[in-house]
Amino acid sequence: MIKETRLTLQNIGKINPESIDDYIAAGGYEGLEKALAMDPFSIIDEMLEAGLRGRGGAGFSTGMKQKFTSKSCQACPQRYVVVNADEGEPGTFKDRIIMEQDPHLYLEGTIIAARSIRATHGFIYIRGEYYTCIARTQKAIDDAYSRGFLGKNILGSGFNFDVEIRLGAGSYLCGEELTMLESLEGKRGNPRIKPPFPAEKGIFGAPTLVNNVETLANVPLILRNGKEWYRGYGTERSPGTKIFTVSGQVNKPGYYELELGVTLRQIIDDLCGGMLEGKPFKAALLGGAAGTFVDASMLDERMTYDNLKEKGATLGSGAVIVMAEEDSVYEVLHSCLRFFKHESCGKCVPCRVGTTLMVKDLEKLQNGIQDKEALVQKLVKDSKMIAATSLCPLGQSPVLPMESAARYFMKELVKV
Amino acid sequence: MNPRDIIARFEPRQDNLLNMLHALQDSHPENYITSDAMDEVARYLNMTKSSVFGVVDYYSMFSLRPRGRYIIRVCVSPVCHIKKAGSIISHLENILGIKTGETTPDKLFTLEIAECLGQCQEAPSMMINQKVYNNLTDVRIREIIALYK
Repeated sequence: MIKETRLTLQNIGKINPESIDDYIAAGGYEGLEKALAMDPFSIIDEMLEAGLRGRGGAGFSTGMKQKFTSKSCQACPQRYVVVNADEGEPGTFKDRIIMEQDPHLYLEGTIIAARSIRATHGFIYIRGEYYTCIARTQKAIDDAYSRGFLGKNILGSGFNFDVEIRLGAGSYLCGEELTMLESLEGKRGNPRIKPPFPAEKGIFGAPTLVNNVETLANVPLILRNGKEWYRGYGTERSPGTKIFTVSGQVNKPGYYELELGVTLRQIIDDLCGGMLEGKPFKAALLGGAAGTFVDASMLDERMTYDNLKEKGATLGSGAVIVMAEEDSVYEVLHSCLRFFKHESCGKCVPCRVGTTLMVKDLEKLQNGIQDKEALVQKLVKDSKMIAATSLCPLGQSPVLPMESAARYFMKELVKV
Repeated sequence: MNPRDIIARFEPRQDNLLNMLHALQDSHPENYITSDAMDEVARYLNMTKSSVFGVVDYYSMFSLRPRGRYIIRVCVSPVCHIKKAGSIISHLENILGIKTGETTPDKLFTLEIAECLGQCQEAPSMMINQKVYNNLTDVRIREIIALYK
């Protein structure tokens, strides 16, 4: 029987998210005090040795990102930290929980991250629909200023850092880091060509560190408790915890912070109280719409970034959408593809036209087409072509649900 | 409040554009960004009106057309879909007597669809302006709509 390991969620339900005193009494801003006493490069070393990996979906080393940003363009007068709080991957709501329930935690992480790369200005890009997150984060920022955790000469260290909230306006694509930078500059959310990466040329052309909310929530804890403490959780290559957001056909859907390495079966049975009304398990969509379907054969695989990748699945943002026997893979796949069609920005023709055609083609399964298997195979081929010829992760996403649905559920798709 | 006063609360930098557009839209009783407002923004940020229009047009939370006082946004993403968001939409269409994308004749409600609202543990979900409603059922929807009439 596995249990939750709450590190980033340790204050949830225990402190008043609008009280900075509550946060400080729970050890808040101790990590920042330690960071301010350290050389910025030592903060980066601490993150590298702790093995923290980005929790937004890609799982890239946070320390490496900081190192690149810190070392690029020494002549640049300004560096920036951008917090990716544009949570929008279907099935994902982990960042919302942190922002609503413990906003100081990720704010503290933001200030430490800024210190590590010597940034003096930051932006928190929160999706426009997250009104409570916006209000609580603004309150946290105001209170942090009044206590000297933000602004000029933070806690007498000589370090200056200001941060402002910027609102998204309903574009999933703006959660992609380069597109987010365009949006932050007040433009349409069209992706940029990379390289250059944000570490080299980010917002306003300056070196920029872009980190996800959950990633930043880990940062103060590592500083406060040390890298060995952090490495005591999770696995060698995926240390620490990950917040999984489980939804769909389980008895207790919700958010669960777990050491990496648990299995899907443990999540469903031990934490979520089993399948809803004892329905038989059919599938899970891991990582959201830009994720992969798995069937019952994957129930006992360890859920780490690397193991799932080897098996052709993805951990992504930590979304686990559970489907029962009665749910239609066709309909969920259709919902995913319709989503990409809606969110495609239109810049790359293969994505703009391709996502539309994929929805149309998929619907032919319902319209009495003869060779359904050939149609599904064509869809997989098309999705690969779109992935290969589109600039940004949106065009590279439809292949994930499409290919995995075809791999595990061809029998069902040909019977639609 | 007129658009000029709202815009003046922000520094004249293009990176303030989205925050500015939200403020303009939220202050308008018909929940949209008017042509006059775009003129003012363009002048203030030294942009062309067409670039401002391009930004407004791109983002799904902004509207170029008048809408109702209350914007109902129903989530249709995969989780809500599994939890039968489709029937939620048809139920709302019946109650309000409009199709998705339309505004009621009394200009009270506009019905829209939205992508994942991040409420998946309590799906299906919708928002009415800034308020989130979860665990929707036909009965609950009728009660919620009655609150706004």
